[in-house]
Amino acid sequence: MNSAINFPAWLRADGRKGIRNVIVVAYLVECAHHVSRMIVNRADNMDVHLIGFPGCYPNQYAYEMMRAVCTHPNVGGALLISLGCESMNREKLLKDILASGRPAELLVIQEAGGTKATIQSGLEAVARLQAQAAKVERVPMYLNELIVGTICGGSDGTSGITANPAVGRCFDALVAADATCIFEETGELIGCETIMADRAITPELGVEIEACVAKAEHYYRVMGFGSFAPGNADGGLTTLEEKSMGAYSKSGSSPISGLIKPGDIPPSGGLYLLDVVPDGEPRFGFPNISDNAEIVELIACGSHVILFTTGRGSVVGSAISPVIKVCANPETYRRLANDMDVNAGRILEGDATLDEVGEEILQQVIAVSSGKRSVSEDLGHQEFILTYKAFEPIGPSCLPVRQIA
Amino acid sequence: MSEKKIAPLILLHPDDNILVCVKQIHEGDEITIENETMPSPISIGVGHKVARFSLAAGDKVYRYGAPIGSMTDAVAKGHHVHIHNMKSDYLPSHTRTRQNQHRSES
Repeated sequence: MNSAINFPAWLRADGRKGIRNVIVVAYLVECAHHVSRMIVNRADNMDVHLIGFPGCYPNQYAYEMMRAVCTHPNVGGALLISLGCESMNREKLLKDILASGRPAELLVIQEAGGTKATIQSGLEAVARLQAQAAKVERVPMYLNELIVGTICGGSDGTSGITANPAVGRCFDALVAADATCIFEETGELIGCETIMADRAITPELGVEIEACVAKAEHYYRVMGFGSFAPGNADGGLTTLEEKSMGAYSKSGSSPISGLIKPGDIPPSGGLYLLDVVPDGEPRFGFPNISDNAEIVELIACGSHVILFTTGRGSVVGSAISPVIKVCANPETYRRLANDMDVNAGRILEGDATLDEVGEEILQQVIAVSSGKRSVSEDLGHQEFILTYKAFEPIGPSCLPVRQIA
Repeated sequence: MSEKKIAPLILLHPDDNILVCVKQIHEGDEITIENETMPSPISIGVGHKVARFSLAAGDKVYRYGAPIGSMTDAVAKGHHVHIHNMKSDYLPSHTRTRQNQHRSES
């Protein structure tokens, strides 16, 4: 691929580059959600996004996720909205964001005069943040600086034949250009652990990959169910391992360079597996209560763009990083064409090959990175969900690249 | 374009014992499985599977050349292979009707 391909990015103080210049308005507990939403609604700007964490109890993971997404390269500034009595460490979060070189402000509803006054102050704060973010230098960004995450949602029996392997082709091309690609949901890779381990760049990493899938299986067993929704069966899928095999093909055929956890930024180009299943004894419920929980984690790992494959037809997008939707099923595409970026169902109808659709996805990644709005982005989809979890840091074998470096 | 001839059942891997439907099949439509042409015994939706050979209870089901579960009942060639006659070798799948019979957080 042409290594000169580049797009105008926003250069952040930490050296990372963003493809969007979003202002996030973040509620730090559900009690501050309404005020935050009103600020975002009244700001009425496609690049002012609502994010947040609803919990009042402390959680290290939630803090790390909030820090990671507020300092994501696609973010140009952050407004934190606190009720005042929740446990999220708002002062530390504000300090961390400011330390990243971004403008950030904090409003505490209990100190700012309540709902109306905070909404008014919030709108003024957003305007100040936008003005500062607009001054950020634009520089060329190359493919080897891009991080692309992938997820599947609403899978059916076609996902593993069309959209997922087509994303795999796109991933192979991106990895060949030294871009960073992340695939995930170890709970939806149950059944693929040994073939996946064989692709690890070191045997030790292979062992870690098998162990993390075993962890996922144990976790889901305690929950009582695998990651398998009724719609999956309606669409022809039968078992978790059938869904897994289809999902796995999103990863393409590159060697697996590392195993990361939410918030870890891959140290170099290559293909990485994101472990999204919590460590320790299962608590707090299902690992990912819906697709956007995983998308937030992909973004926390630095993903600039998300490739979302769907068979049944998901319509979601995301706050912070644009989501490109690749539809696997031609019938679904006809029903939901206005929600999809790519029709991979053409493969089933003999109108395109896997390679052609893979190339089309790659061109969409480049176009969206260059500023074109993805379909879900243009429709205003900015879903964001963060729940309670617990993770231990990754082990020394998980990132062999770091050791070599 | 709609007249283009596309085989409605595809074999994804030579080791597979199921075929995947890529174009709606109605009961009685002519289908070809392993060189045998026959009327389809059932209607099959896109994404669903039919048996490439007759399978017995306990047989592993192969798709992409990999095991995706086991048969719980026998199935004749050309018939639907789905959650009513096969199961996961790992974790149970929940469905809208089955979720109350298993422990669930929901």
